[in-house]
Amino acid sequence: MVIVQVIVGGLLLGAIYALFSSGLTLIWGMMNFINFAHGEFVMLGMYVALLTVTWVGGGPAVFVIAAALALFVLGVGIYLSLIRYVIRGPMLAQILSTFGLALLLRYSAFWIFSANFVSLPQTSLGGTLKLGGIFLPVAQLVAGAVAILLTLGLHLLLTRTTVGSKLLAVAEDRAAAMLMGIRPDRMQALAWGLAAGSAGIAGALMATAYPWSPSVGETFGLIAFVVVALGGFGSVLGSLYAGLIIGLIQAMSAFWLGAIYKDIVVYGLFVALLWLRPQGLMGKKG
Amino acid sequence: MSEYLTSRTAVCFLGAALLVYPLVFSGAFYLDIGVTFLLAAISASAWNIVGGYAGQVSVGHSMFFGVGAYTPLVVYTLWGWPPIAGIPLGIALSIGLAIVIGMPTFRLTGHYFSMATIAVAELIRIFFGTWDMVGAAIGLQGPAVARSFWDLTFRSELPYYYIFLGVLAILLATTAALERRRFGFYLRAIKASERAARSLGVPVRQTKMQALVLSAIFTSVAGSLYVIKTGFIDPDSAFGILISVQMVIVAALGGAGTLFGPLVGALILIPLQTATNSAFGGGGTGLTYILYGGIIVVIARFEPGGLFELWQRVAPYLRKRAHAA
Repeated sequence: MVIVQVIVGGLLLGAIYALFSSGLTLIWGMMNFINFAHGEFVMLGMYVALLTVTWVGGGPAVFVIAAALALFVLGVGIYLSLIRYVIRGPMLAQILSTFGLALLLRYSAFWIFSANFVSLPQTSLGGTLKLGGIFLPVAQLVAGAVAILLTLGLHLLLTRTTVGSKLLAVAEDRAAAMLMGIRPDRMQALAWGLAAGSAGIAGALMATAYPWSPSVGETFGLIAFVVVALGGFGSVLGSLYAGLIIGLIQAMSAFWLGAIYKDIVVYGLFVALLWLRPQGLMGKKG
Repeated sequence: MSEYLTSRTAVCFLGAALLVYPLVFSGAFYLDIGVTFLLAAISASAWNIVGGYAGQVSVGHSMFFGVGAYTPLVVYTLWGWPPIAGIPLGIALSIGLAIVIGMPTFRLTGHYFSMATIAVAELIRIFFGTWDMVGAAIGLQGPAVARSFWDLTFRSELPYYYIFLGVLAILLATTAALERRRFGFYLRAIKASERAARSLGVPVRQTKMQALVLSAIFTSVAGSLYVIKTGFIDPDSAFGILISVQMVIVAALGGAGTLFGPLVGALILIPLQTATNSAFGGGGTGLTYILYGGIIVVIARFEPGGLFELWQRVAPYLRKRAHAA
């Protein structure tokens, strides 16, 4: 029974991994650009949730939406003020821009919130569900379910709507999209807003169930790399499957090898993937 | 011709200044800044070979630094050898690491290399924190008192200063020599356009691999020098992300892909870092890295060529002004 508990816990966390990784894969698919600050977006989403609860109050719906909006605006702002200018520049500028941004956000968070772990005050999502011998904290259950729904929603948005077609058109051929009357800058800003927003939601959802500190951004950023590498760069559906798999692998290795080895196993998997299948499960060759 | 002469004069002047610096500023405080500066310049110049010249941006170079920093104390702790005997072992392991990362990622675009470097550095950091043979999270300690000269444990920092200066000179001479050879032209071609370079017959993967191996060797030596001086190492000060950050920012600020860029970067950043640390005490470290993040973003956005390129653009205007006045 314990093993079922471990599997369910891993999948629920994996669902959240899937949600924030889908943002990273969206940016990569659209503009061949890796965001090194993506984990910091997740971390900021957690603190936005905390600040909303302390200052405004309200239930999970309120702070999740607050985190989504705050990070959406941040994502669009970062695209317009920074990414737009480096995207056509040398590789050094592309990588340093978000790498520097990650440091800036991480150490500003340390400066403002201190390095201590915090958690949300008891929300309306407290309590545990007992299902045939398995204990399911309601907060984790809701967070996982919402994360899966939103990831699927993002996939549908990209594949079934006009906005999604426009986004993919810009990704496919910027110049041709412009000739069709699409404004690439606006679409790419939207993609950054969606990516950061989904990371923000993922952070706020995780905040309901787990404690955190400013240092979690680095870990989540790396996990997002592994998820995206496994799912295939540019595939939202791929990152949904991969997120669940990585959550599962992490939970299993924490259970069998000890908690400290869970990240070692996952990063090791990343190196193995680069050697064996760099295009991931569902991606095109990079 | 006159350009060449002035740059040559500048190099001679800089070299002389570095040689006499500890004689003029002999206080322990200034000597410590000098040694820190040299170490930062060595690490960043080593990073520069692959990150600057070849344009393959590593954000996890701490893995080579850390391996080089651990091996001297590992051979000392396990077998009682002088720490300096661990240097070749560190180099060998760093070459191995470089191959593990370079082989798969150099077939793909540059982003994969950057992601792999940061992930592997973090992997090794966590792993060393759990590995009892290397002291796990507590780390390792070197000889407190020199058993023989070969322990290289000195009371004063003066001998370290000149050892580090020597290594920096060797590294810069190597880089300068490579710059003028076919290898240097290959690197610049790859950086400008990998596709064009390949179509002109440049062995792209092989050249990138050689640059990474060379860079890894010198970074590993920098780690060894660091630990021989401090006599102590733990996972964070060996493999922490901030070690990689320092190499990147020092090189990029001065000018990535230029011979003296890292030197200029270190000349500006190390005194700045010392100043913020002493002005804000322990809390200053956090502030330093906020500042570092900000500087890196500004460089990326406005001046990816670093101060060196900025100077090359601004200098003609200044000269014209000076003539007019």
